[in-house]
Amino acid sequence: MSDTENRRPETGAFFQRDRDWHPPAFAPGYKTSVLRSPRKALLSLDNTISEITGPVFGHSIIGELDNDLIHNFAKPGESAIGERIIVHGRVLDERGRPVAGALLEFWQANAGGRYRHKKESYLAALDPNFGGCGRTITDENGYYVFRTIRPGAYPWPNGVNDWRPAHIHFSVFGHGFAQRLITQMYFEGDPMIWKCPIVGTIPDRRAIEQLIAPLDWANTIPMDSRAYKFDIVLRGRRSTFFENRPEGN
Amino acid sequence: MVQELGHLKETASQTAGPYVHIGLTPNFGGISGVFERDLGSVMVNDETLGERITVTGRVIDGAGAPLKDAVIEIWQADAAGLYNSPSETRGAADPNFTGWGRGPTSAEDGTFVFETVKPGRVPFKGGRLMAPHITLWIVARGINIGLHTRLYFPDEAAANAEDPLLQRIEHRHRAETLVAGGQAPNYLFDIHLQGEKETVFLDM
Repeated sequence: MSDTENRRPETGAFFQRDRDWHPPAFAPGYKTSVLRSPRKALLSLDNTISEITGPVFGHSIIGELDNDLIHNFAKPGESAIGERIIVHGRVLDERGRPVAGALLEFWQANAGGRYRHKKESYLAALDPNFGGCGRTITDENGYYVFRTIRPGAYPWPNGVNDWRPAHIHFSVFGHGFAQRLITQMYFEGDPMIWKCPIVGTIPDRRAIEQLIAPLDWANTIPMDSRAYKFDIVLRGRRSTFFENRPEGN
Repeated sequence: MVQELGHLKETASQTAGPYVHIGLTPNFGGISGVFERDLGSVMVNDETLGERITVTGRVIDGAGAPLKDAVIEIWQADAAGLYNSPSETRGAADPNFTGWGRGPTSAEDGTFVFETVKPGRVPFKGGRLMAPHITLWIVARGINIGLHTRLYFPDEAAANAEDPLLQRIEHRHRAETLVAGGQAPNYLFDIHLQGEKETVFLDM
């Protein structure tokens, strides 16, 4: 950690977001976006100190079972039902540098595709031992890992017969508030990915492929859990070429 | 051929979906016992310096209905104008103020409430000061990429008039969408996703 502490403060502005890579706000195939999408042009401005800075969370907020969704809601001695998996990877920035100390929060449906939420109405059964939320913080190499069960696919009201492919929601903090990101991870080999209207809000196929975690056979734990690798890329910072100006570069 | 820049592409955003509470505010969403309390639910304590304020508002869709399933995050400087962040190089922020808050809109009427302090002024490039402001980030079902905007204060007319971001808004009446209503210490800030009163959202 001493290396981290001795590092110069990160004061550079972030690379501009590629708005053609992200889904547009208005994506009529995903019907809820129609009334919830801004229609006027965004105001584009280089970062100020209000975007360059951001909250950083200490490892002290993380509990022992926070990254174990199989056990963090289960009764003592019991565990969640489903296919046991490990999800792991690195948080990097657009320059390929690891983002240490990044808070990741994740949530998902249970093995039958049912969320533990009062507005959830799918007829699949709740699992009394599965809550569906977890969190962790990346280490000095930007690495993270958590254990869960593979979520099920589920139907949702959009078209008459739309289904979500199995997915895990991720919320990610980097070091600046401008890096704030929410996304979803999908599973290699799932044919439903390409039928999903929410996936389909993303215009570029390569951007979708970047959300699909491959089966990571080498990291599979024999007789225990399969592993999926999911790397996440946050906005990169510009180099601070000249002296650190207190208000940021 | 030239050398490759070697930059990676940012991971694409996806909507937070209808069950965002499970992940971001699980105790509010009815999942207790996993995390002790919801992160960001408390920004201040008894020792926090500065003028206590509340910010209450709603996120309103294109049909005029408030969103009852949104989550709002705010980020702001402390009362002295310092951010509680390792990237803050101008001094140490108030250790009793996180600067970051997270809250859901209520299931009943769609309001969100933050109890915080009024932020001090922070510098723009070149050193001139921006008006006091709070950064907001809004996610919900139907929002494909988190929406970024700012709240400015109605009792800071002089500072607002010289604020470089507000000055950049071409259609002057739209700048008013970033200025809260109400009065100290209880401010009101409705966010309009569409329509005549559409809030100015930021690409920063």
